Amino acid sequence: MSQTISRRGFLKSAAAGSAVMMVGLNAGGLLAVGSGDVVVNPFVSINQEGEITVVIKHFEMGQGTTTGLTTLVAEELDADWQKMKIDFAPADGIRYKNLFFGAQLTGGSTAIANSYMQYREAGAMARDLLVRSASAAWGVSPNQIQIRNGVISAGNKTAHFGEFVKEAMALKPIDKPITKTPDQFNLIGKLKLPRKDSQAKTTGQAMFSMDVKLPGMLYVAIHRSPKFGGKVSSLNLDDAKKIGGFVDAKPLANKAGVAVYAKNTWEAFKARDALKVSWDFSGAETRGTEEMRAEYTRLVDEPAMFNGLPTTKEAANIAMQDAEHLVEADFQFPFLSHAPMEPLNCVIEKTPNGVRFHDGCQGPSLVQGVVAYVLGLEQAQVEVKTYYAGGSFGRRANVNADYHVEAALAFQAYGGQTPVKLVWSREDDIRGGYYRPMSLHRAKIGLDAKGQLLGWDHHVAAQPIMKGTPFEAMVVHNGIDHTSVEGLSDTLYQVPNMSMGVSDFKSVIPVLWWRSVGHSHTAFVMESLMDMAAAKAKRDPVALRLSLLDQADAKGQRMANTIKAARDMANWKEGDKRGFASHFSFNTYVAVVADVSVKAKQVHVDKLYIAVDCGVAINPDVIKAQMEGGAGYALGAIARNEVTLDKGEVIEANFPQYQPTRLGDMPEIEVEIVRSNEAPTGVGEPAVPPTGPAIANAIYAVTGVRITDLPMTKAGFTFS
Amino acid sequence: MLYKLKVNGKAQEVEAEPGTPLLWVIRDELDLTGTKFGCGVAACGACTVHFQGAPIRSCSFPIDAVGDNEITTIEGLEDKTAKVVQAAWNEKDVVQCGYCQSGQIMSAVGLLKQNPSPSDAEIEAAMQGNVCRCATYVRIKDAIKTAAKNLEA
Ligand code: FES
Ligand code: FES
Repeated sequence: MSQTISRRGFLKSAAAGSAVMMVGLNAGGLLAVGSGDVVVNPFVSINQEGEITVVIKHFEMGQGTTTGLTTLVAEELDADWQKMKIDFAPADGIRYKNLFFGAQLTGGSTAIANSYMQYREAGAMARDLLVRSASAAWGVSPNQIQIRNGVISAGNKTAHFGEFVKEAMALKPIDKPITKTPDQFNLIGKLKLPRKDSQAKTTGQAMFSMDVKLPGMLYVAIHRSPKFGGKVSSLNLDDAKKIGGFVDAKPLANKAGVAVYAKNTWEAFKARDALKVSWDFSGAETRGTEEMRAEYTRLVDEPAMFNGLPTTKEAANIAMQDAEHLVEADFQFPFLSHAPMEPLNCVIEKTPNGVRFHDGCQGPSLVQGVVAYVLGLEQAQVEVKTYYAGGSFGRRANVNADYHVEAALAFQAYGGQTPVKLVWSREDDIRGGYYRPMSLHRAKIGLDAKGQLLGWDHHVAAQPIMKGTPFEAMVVHNGIDHTSVEGLSDTLYQVPNMSMGVSDFKSVIPVLWWRSVGHSHTAFVMESLMDMAAAKAKRDPVALRLSLLDQADAKGQRMANTIKAARDMANWKEGDKRGFASHFSFNTYVAVVADVSVKAKQVHVDKLYIAVDCGVAINPDVIKAQMEGGAGYALGAIARNEVTLDKGEVIEANFPQYQPTRLGDMPEIEVEIVRSNEAPTGVGEPAVPPTGPAIANAIYAVTGVRITDLPMTKAGFTFS
Repeated sequence: MLYKLKVNGKAQEVEAEPGTPLLWVIRDELDLTGTKFGCGVAACGACTVHFQGAPIRSCSFPIDAVGDNEITTIEGLEDKTAKVVQAAWNEKDVVQCGYCQSGQIMSAVGLLKQNPSPSDAEIEAAMQGNVCRCATYVRIKDAIKTAAKNLEA
């Protein structure tokens, strides 16, 4: 089937000497083609059958990159969609880097945005070579050559792409291929192109790393400390040895856990549970959630440690002295687990030159760097073969490469010869840390009699995500981890006299970016406060937001247009008992209208109207799917998800205690994509931030209950 | 212990510890990896297979209880209902990460075999146990309705 992933891999087919034309851009932006240049940053190959393989530098976690990047190439090539195949790129941080990050890493909703011109140029390059080859072969001038839907033609001559591969290999590529202008697009923004991964994923044929089995491979489960930061002090194998498939158990070199080796996954889990380990908890977290909340409260009661904006707290309060309306509130957010559908796992094996990972790998550059360090190898000795990933939501991109390190240490502890498959259970996942940080926001805003903002005094207590990581220089400024305040300190609303205090701390509980990162809480705060302000000032919440945007500014105008699109789609009228929220994140504008019904504190979200401006809409249906999925992901999280601790141990274990959104929870969703010719921006995350507050504002409109402490079940609501 | 199984119409012999969940026999021993592990506690449906034509959660179904009953996995789907359901899934581009989708499709096929024109409430009841963390539910519902319509035709 042309829609299944090509397993041959272009390197192999090229090495085997078949006539395959390679087109790509090297790090300096130069184009290269021909068999001699096969290893130079290839994105596109065409074989003699006329099949086009697009090398996908970003992993596919469901967000649609395989379809999106393939569309960019197919557009410039005027190829037949059915003939387009995909292959995941190997680990190569130079050739396949994310142009925004300088490393091979997927995240921040940037896969399409950073690749937009790169993949189009790769496609345009291939097209140019085909045109010139056909022109030479047919003896007609290049401008007589037409390419449409995978067919090359001139007069009454026609050919498919594969027929000129040999001729094309002999030609020199042009320096800068000419890409189409938007009015020439046939595929981008136009058609509903079938997803490239649909066929494989509806027949059980799609390969995830969970499905990898190597000869002689051992299965490993890790017995981890029940409290974060605990270290192995001793172990007793007696009970584990009674488990049938048990092979061995060895403490990891970092003492963070014990690797339990077995003949299959089930026996590994069973033996792991039977293993008796005593722990050194001297460096461990021993507090419960309530004690931690008390600590966050103490932090916001005290002066902020850092100030993120020029306005001081004092100045903000002076500006609000004569305010007609004051809105003050504390907002609390729990730890959240990403809980991707595929529990974390990877396979590691020895190669003649080092090691190879089999993984649904989000950050090959991160894995290479960290694992090379841990195993004492050079980065190039760490290979990564990328598979489909069963979700991520941020969890698989980790500067500590945590599960890869576990696998590497387990592989090493067993002698470094036997392939090892590390598998996490769902309990490992929910209890394994790398959570969306808990946080507490304290905010006070003042409005004049007309409902215009006078000042804003804000203080956030949150554990920073990137302080102390290699990303620190990029994201931490004046002591403030931007991921704690993004969406607030840089809001598009014109807020005079805003002060932004931040207090933070170190913790052994690992935290991580969770779909939409800081926006997952800041948007809730911002958009709830807007709603509260509108209620106090008796203003329409949509009109109030529009009045606070600077529509002379390009961003302000795009946000306003998106807000109006949602308002009009939902036929929003002043006084409606429904919820509204909007937010700008990952350079994308989203506005949401929520309709809920509430019976005896039982909430059902009936309908969401979502308007989005993400620049050029490459695959409108993929964008729509990301709006639906983002909203659905946010819904369960704000409704009922939290990870809590008792004496340092996580209470929730599996889905019964961490109930995901289910089919019956799901509202109807209508999506409108605002037309734009601006460069494309992210769609994987931006639906998450405004969905929660839109629902909360709708619940307020219907019940009069203002929810400021998440999840919403804390306010006595249930969801169905 | 040696177990004799009938999987996707084929007789199979596997060596397994008594009490091993069917899921792990299917995946680790028979190498039928289309059936997925999501929770291990019958709370997500990723591991759904058919037992005598009806959906069960293979993660919580011990190998000892299979006997000579017919097991069908996603790889063994071949009748008309299944093909129509898979076609509807493709038409609606339901999948995102895809990891839950084998289980979703097994549940949907099970539902339509037993009830060719389910109401919204019946779809919800049959599919509530299948988690999709990518929240593709809007399209799952849509695809099931499309499949029901196409089966009727
Ligand atoms: S793995 Fe069986 S229901 Fe989740
Ligand atoms: S498609 Fe990803 S979990 Fe369902």
